[in-house]
Amino acid sequence: MINDPTYRRRYVISGIAVVVVLVYIVRLFYLQVIDQSTKDQADNNALVKQTIYPSRGLIYDRNGELLVFNQPIYEITMVMREMKQGWDTAAFCACLGITDKEFDERIAEIKDRRKNRGYSRWTPQVFMSQLKKEDIASLQESLFLFPGVHIQKRTLRDYTYKAAAHVLGSVGEVNQNDIDRDDYYTRGDYSGRDGLERTYEKQLRGEKGVEVLMRDSRGRMQGSYKNGELDRTAKAGTDLYTTLDIQLQLLAEELLSGKIGSAVAIEPKTGEILALASNPTWNPKLLVGKERSKNYNALLNDKTKPLLNRATQATYPPGSTFKTIQALVCLEQGAITPNTLYPCSGPGSSPIKCTHHHGSPVALDKAIEQSCNPYFWCAFRDLMQKDNKDIHKPYEKWRNAVMQFGLGQKFTDSDLGEQSSGSIPSTRLYDKFYGPNGWKAITIRSLSIGQGEIIVTPLQLANQAAAIANEGYYISPHLNKNDSMRIHRHNIDIQKKHFDEVKAGMHRVMVYGTGRHYAIDSLHMAGKTGTAQNPHGRDHAIFIGFAPVEDPKIAVAVVVENAGFGATWAAPIASMMMEQYLNGEMKRKDLKKNISERVLNESVKKW
Amino acid sequence: MRASRNGNIWQHVDWMTIGLFLVLVIFGWLNIYGASYTFDQTSIFDFSNRAGKQFAWIGGSVLMGIILLLIDYRTYDVLTYIAYGAMLLLLLATPFLAHDIKGSMSWISLGPVSLQPAEFAKCIVALTIAKYMGRYDYKIRTWRDLIVPFVLIGVPALIIMVLQKETGSALVFAAFLLVFYRQGMSGYVLWMGVAAVAFFIISIRWGAVALPLGTGSLGIMVCMLLLTAVEVYFICRDHYIRYQALIMVGAITAIYGICLIINIWVPMPFDWISMGIVIALVIYTIFVSLYWRKYMLLILAAFTLFCIGYTHACDFVFTRVLQPHQRIRIEVLLGMKEDPAGAGYNVNQARIAIGSGRFFGKGYLNGTQTKLQFVPEQDTDFIFCTVGEEWGFVGSVGVLLVYLYFILHLIEIAERQRNVSTRIYAYSVASIFLFHLTINVGMVLGLLPVIGIPLPFFSYGGSSLWGFTMLLFILLRLDAARMEQLN
Repeated sequence: MINDPTYRRRYVISGIAVVVVLVYIVRLFYLQVIDQSTKDQADNNALVKQTIYPSRGLIYDRNGELLVFNQPIYEITMVMREMKQGWDTAAFCACLGITDKEFDERIAEIKDRRKNRGYSRWTPQVFMSQLKKEDIASLQESLFLFPGVHIQKRTLRDYTYKAAAHVLGSVGEVNQNDIDRDDYYTRGDYSGRDGLERTYEKQLRGEKGVEVLMRDSRGRMQGSYKNGELDRTAKAGTDLYTTLDIQLQLLAEELLSGKIGSAVAIEPKTGEILALASNPTWNPKLLVGKERSKNYNALLNDKTKPLLNRATQATYPPGSTFKTIQALVCLEQGAITPNTLYPCSGPGSSPIKCTHHHGSPVALDKAIEQSCNPYFWCAFRDLMQKDNKDIHKPYEKWRNAVMQFGLGQKFTDSDLGEQSSGSIPSTRLYDKFYGPNGWKAITIRSLSIGQGEIIVTPLQLANQAAAIANEGYYISPHLNKNDSMRIHRHNIDIQKKHFDEVKAGMHRVMVYGTGRHYAIDSLHMAGKTGTAQNPHGRDHAIFIGFAPVEDPKIAVAVVVENAGFGATWAAPIASMMMEQYLNGEMKRKDLKKNISERVLNESVKKW
Repeated sequence: MRASRNGNIWQHVDWMTIGLFLVLVIFGWLNIYGASYTFDQTSIFDFSNRAGKQFAWIGGSVLMGIILLLIDYRTYDVLTYIAYGAMLLLLLATPFLAHDIKGSMSWISLGPVSLQPAEFAKCIVALTIAKYMGRYDYKIRTWRDLIVPFVLIGVPALIIMVLQKETGSALVFAAFLLVFYRQGMSGYVLWMGVAAVAFFIISIRWGAVALPLGTGSLGIMVCMLLLTAVEVYFICRDHYIRYQALIMVGAITAIYGICLIINIWVPMPFDWISMGIVIALVIYTIFVSLYWRKYMLLILAAFTLFCIGYTHACDFVFTRVLQPHQRIRIEVLLGMKEDPAGAGYNVNQARIAIGSGRFFGKGYLNGTQTKLQFVPEQDTDFIFCTVGEEWGFVGSVGVLLVYLYFILHLIEIAERQRNVSTRIYAYSVASIFLFHLTINVGMVLGLLPVIGIPLPFFSYGGSSLWGFTMLLFILLRLDAARMEQLN
């Protein structure tokens, strides 16, 4: 070795080995310790987070009757890569009841990357969707014959009754806005778009679960990751018990058919909405599944505006129904006493005519019973002129008192969706119209009989009836049976004895007055008819009422557009609703038939 | 001496090497199980999967090792040339007997198993080289002495590359350059080899790109000149030549520095400047070398001229000689092409698998990338990914260090031989292992182009395992004989 001149070269060779290994260790250090990007890339490669959708909460009526539930629907997906050998297209088509041509067209559509951007041979592609159980039954049995074909289960909303479409609302795909606002959603998720589905979205939707699966290089699922350690089970949505009485709701909708209008029933003591009907309406099943957007657009384009919930969004002058509040405020603020008499010259009265024929002079009970316009004009005039000549102070006082009934404002603590606030005109409005000193009681005389600038929603009318029935308070109308904690009680600063007077008058309406034709012996009803002046056409018929007078359990408001006198159309509907609710059935079948079959508006379509 | 043929061999055999062999083989086997592990799989001994098959191969290899140790060491010497001849015949015959596996014609089916004769050729060539160069009258004095050894390795390499289309296996024969170097071949040859590869890469990578030093190959030429001068400075012991090299480096740098500064105001014709520099330097070098009779410098001048041709040759080789898939692999490696779904897929997925292992790894059988088969060839050529992913930085470095120790130990064994032939054989073994380790791990780590050669003892495959076993155990047998010869 000593005489080996190249002996030292062993170190060169050893050195090469050492350098190579060192370089590789540095590279490994870079890849495995410094470079952070690979972890995510590896997870993206291998892990698939599969969302498990919870079943949406069901919706019941106040008696536990199921209103909204979930129907399973099926989707047939195909993984093109897996469907190779032994694939009998004819047998497959026979299972689904489609033709070979349809099959070919559909496959071509799936493979067309212009129409189907995410196309991949490795991932499931939707072949047919929104199928019923019976549609896929035969395929399910012979699924093993068709490798690559999978059946995916999803759920859609379904409805027991063709009713309460406005109240229940519908479920649809989330838009970008929803996704931005709430992390919970991702593209393709569904959420409540309107009605209760929207208000109680968070309760109904439950909580999505996630399953972390491993996917191999070919996109095939290979079981759960870390034995499901990271998985989260889906939490089903909580069921919603509504305050609706579905039988009452059905009756209200039936009675309103062929007409434009709405009917609202409230349980006065609790503010629970028993029925909230608006016509035209639609079959809630229309806004489900693949037909949803098509049907929605059709509804949107209907000139009668079925999508508008008239019960909460339409506003009308309250007409004579407002006289009940007028009486209460005038009594409380001392403009009149129950014994105050005012003269009435019938149609010859000035400045406001009376539409009814009755004796003169009249006291309060009779004035309500006969809906005497001059009486309420005089009372209102006296109230406005009681203290001094400036109308502003008494008017403001009157307005505040009126608004205690929930008029002119939204029920902000309620779970109803869109509401209109209506309006009790302010002094500012009149100052602007007429100048600060340019208006007097006579200027705003229409208000005395509920016409003119005052506008209310049917819901507010029903609530007003409930407040009178309660003799001095109301609880904001709401739809969730288990949500009373959030709902406020609103007290009305008017003495109970005044309510007794007005209630007596309203009872007389149903016994002797404008509503007498629709009274029934078994029930002591109280009510008030009204006619809202409509500058665009026939007047709107209005009725508010409650029953039984002694211990009111239901308060109702009905508005039928372009129906003329309140007594003719609105009163019978309200009367029948009260009977239905209180007696559990409606015996006046002929009346029901008469009313429900009568078409007042030709353009109202039955959706 | 009689007794040594049966009993004593176990006393003289190098148990450390056997231990390292077993560690590598068993750890490799565990990783093959990890790499081919899928979810419904149960036993590591299940012969329908690769881990089970590898277990059988390992059994065979241990048996083979024992037999090789029991054979009289002189048998190897006697049979060497015969074996070499037989091997050439077999290699020649292989393409005709083989069936095409992914374009390779190197596999011969023997009943249920396929064998790759090329894997065994390494061992026989090593024995042959050792025998030829180990003759007591053989010494590397001039390049003529290397003709025969080069032919001995070149012929099988060519057969494997051209007829069997196994470029990777053929390249392994380049490992013998290290052996020749140890035996006295000039270091310049090694350097030239390294330089040739480096220049090849440079001219491919930047040949078509405009550099500040002049466009394309002209600029590269100057770079090469610069590199060569630096190289000469470090290698050459002659002070005058080193001085000249230093002057060259200084001159080139100075000219370019000045030109670059002027270039800020006046655009400089870099192509012409480069050309001028090259011509001037070549003339200057020739003049100086002839005048001072320093003929070493002539080599420098000649080399520079050669470079001009070489640059074009590289281009030619790259575009005409290499197969398209080989070309793309190199382009991807050099960052000239991004192709994560195509040619770069393996490398990219390997990088992800290894990188995602982080410091301590995901744990045995917990690698998502390997388990889910994101890395192609993950139980053969890319087995190191599994190590990286499941055992992390700690495990990968551990494996590399074991290999390093193994190779250094083989060099240790080589150097303790009194028999030159055995020493040459030992160096061949060490060099072949080093070559495999370098190319395989370098490829997996994305530092070298994808050349499909296995990681010794780790990669799945009977031929390679048996080939390496043969290589190693013949060495152990010859090493053990060292003591017998003493006795």
